[in-house]
Parts: sequence; C-alpha cells; structure tokens
Amino acid sequence: MISSIIENVLANNALITAFAFIGILSFSTNKLSDVLIAGRIHGSAVAITLGLVLAYVGGVVTGGSKGLADISIFAGVAVMGGAMFRDFAIVSTAFGADLSALKKAGLVGSLSIVIGVILSFSVGSVVAVAFGYTDPVSVATIGAGAATYIVGPVTGTALGASSEVIALSVAAGLIKSVTVMIGTPFVAKWIGLNNPTSAMIYGGLMGTTSGVAGGLAATDPKLVPYGAMTATFYTGVGCLLAPSILFILVRFILS
Amino acid sequence: MIIYGVALLAFCMLMGTVSGKLIGVLIGIDANVGGVGIAMLLLLFLTNLKSDRFKLKPLSNTGITFWTAMYIPIVVAMAAKQNVYSALNGGAVAVVAGLLAVGASFALIPILTRMAGQSDDQ
Repeated sequence: MISSIIENVLANNALITAFAFIGILSFSTNKLSDVLIAGRIHGSAVAITLGLVLAYVGGVVTGGSKGLADISIFAGVAVMGGAMFRDFAIVSTAFGADLSALKKAGLVGSLSIVIGVILSFSVGSVVAVAFGYTDPVSVATIGAGAATYIVGPVTGTALGASSEVIALSVAAGLIKSVTVMIGTPFVAKWIGLNNPTSAMIYGGLMGTTSGVAGGLAATDPKLVPYGAMTATFYTGVGCLLAPSILFILVRFILS
Repeated sequence: MIIYGVALLAFCMLMGTVSGKLIGVLIGIDANVGGVGIAMLLLLFLTNLKSDRFKLKPLSNTGITFWTAMYIPIVVAMAAKQNVYSALNGGAVAVVAGLLAVGASFALIPILTRMAGQSDDQ
C-alpha cells in the first residue's frame, strides 16, 4: 500500500519529482567524477552522459520516444528538460553576457550558420549516396537530417520522401545531437572552444540546440549565450536552404 | 522583488518566441526561428538600460541568475528525455551521417576562428 501511495505522489507531482531526481543524479555524478576520475571530466559532462544512458534504458523498457520520461514516475523529466524550461534557462544566460563580444563575432557567427548547414547537408548526402541511395529526394532528406532532426523531416515532407527515409533523417539528427553533447568537452581544447568568438562559430556550425546546450554545459557554461545565439537560427536557415537550393544542387549532381 | 527579475526574463522569452514564430511564418516554416536569440538580445538590451528608473535591484537580479544556475540541471533532464533508443536503432546510414557531420563541423571551428581573428587585425 505504501509503495502505491509513494508512486502516486511521485507521479502526481511530476515536475517536483524531476527536480529531486535530477538533484540526486547531479550529486551522485559529481561525487563519482571526483572519486573515480579525480574530476578530470566535468561532473556535468558525466551527468549529461548518464542522462543519455537512462534515456536509452527508458526507450528499451517502454518503447516510447521520450526516453526516461516515458516511465510514469519520471514523466516530469520531460517537463523540466522540455523546450520551455530549456529556452527559459538559455535566455537567462544572456544576463551578464558581453555585448561587444557578440557584436565582434556577429559576422563570422552568422556566416558559420550558412556554412554549417551546407557542410552537414553535404556530408549527410555523401553518406546517403555511399549507402546506395540514388534518388535525389532521399539523398537530400538524409542530408537535411544530418543538419538537425527538424530540418530532416521538414525537407522530407516538402519533397515527398518516404516515411522510412524521413525516420532515417530524424535518427541522423538525433545521433548528431547526442554526439555533440557527449563529444564537445573532449574536443574543446583541440578546437579552441574557450572564448565567445569560437563559441558563436561552434553554435553556428553545430546548430542542434540541444546538442549545443549540452555540449557547452559540459565544457564551460559561461560560453552558453554565445553558442545559443547562433544555434537558434540554424534550423530556420536549414529549413530554407535544404528543400530549395541544396535539393536542386543534389538533383543536378545526381542526374 | 525576485519576481521582477523572473517576470522580465519571462517577458523577453515570450516576445522572442512570438517574433521567432512570426519569422517562421514569413519564410513559410512552422518553427520558432531565432526566437531564443531575439529574447537574449532583448534581455541584454533591457538590463543594460542606463535609466535609473529601470534598474533591477540585486534581489531582482537573482530572479534571473537563479535560472542561469538551473541551466545545467535542466540540460541533464533534457538529455534524459532524448530519444536515444531510436537514434541508435535508426540504421547505419543515420549513425554514420550524424557522426561524420559532427566531425566535419568540429574540424571547421578552428579554421573559422582563425579567419575571425585575422579580419580583426585589419
């Protein structure tokens, strides 16, 4: 009886349960990173990775699409980690951001968005061709998915791609977002991701809002406003370019 | 009052989201295009106003900085609700396309950063 009461309370206060759960998770991963790896990997990087592992487990157990949040007592995780709170927290990081640094990197930052869309689209399209796809619609849809998991389906729907190909494009975008979250702290030193200018370029080239949010959180939270500033425009630029100019180019090259 | 800071932040985000949706409608996409960026610029603008009448007190500031501090936990929750299972089961072409796109983008960051540095010197 007690367990059913507890379960009810946890499920009915979903967001509060999520606060408590994420707090416990963060505490454990901070301790873990101190003890096991002497703090060499940022505690938040470990927490984000563990979050992704739990999301995988949630997907295996429930077969749903919201990771851990598909388990009823963890439903609040979807609210806490949803776009509303995520964007609210991202916007708050602008408080105290350096306006002159934003202006300084404004041009190269905007340029990096266009370059980023074209680069990811091209890589994705080449991979699609390498895997034997020859029709321009499928190739462009998978290429668009390599931009973000929103650009993929938007492009696929506009071009009339099959639902299997659209699902592939979403998966490619998800892989990108997860890889950016986990990979960023490891490559940050190599790629010079330690100042506002490179953070704006990073946001523009990566473009996945979740990936950039997670990657910078695990690397240096002070860089968040700069990366988020450019990443927020990426999906729009991608949705503009992929089904139009980039698709026409793909059709031209493949014919 | 803490709520002043929270309300200002909320106002900026709502204005940004409305603008982002409008941009989306203008270019024919059902998405929030740049709304977060516009909200951030608005917050920067409003909190940097020189007017004394419109100056947040330190306590009101904590209404904003609290959410900055909540950023990482929110991102951890965001990670825990990703559809990792279907990403990994999407098939080899999706995994390879996603991985290579990230690798190529990482590689380009130092090059563009150097270009930005050079144009600065001119």
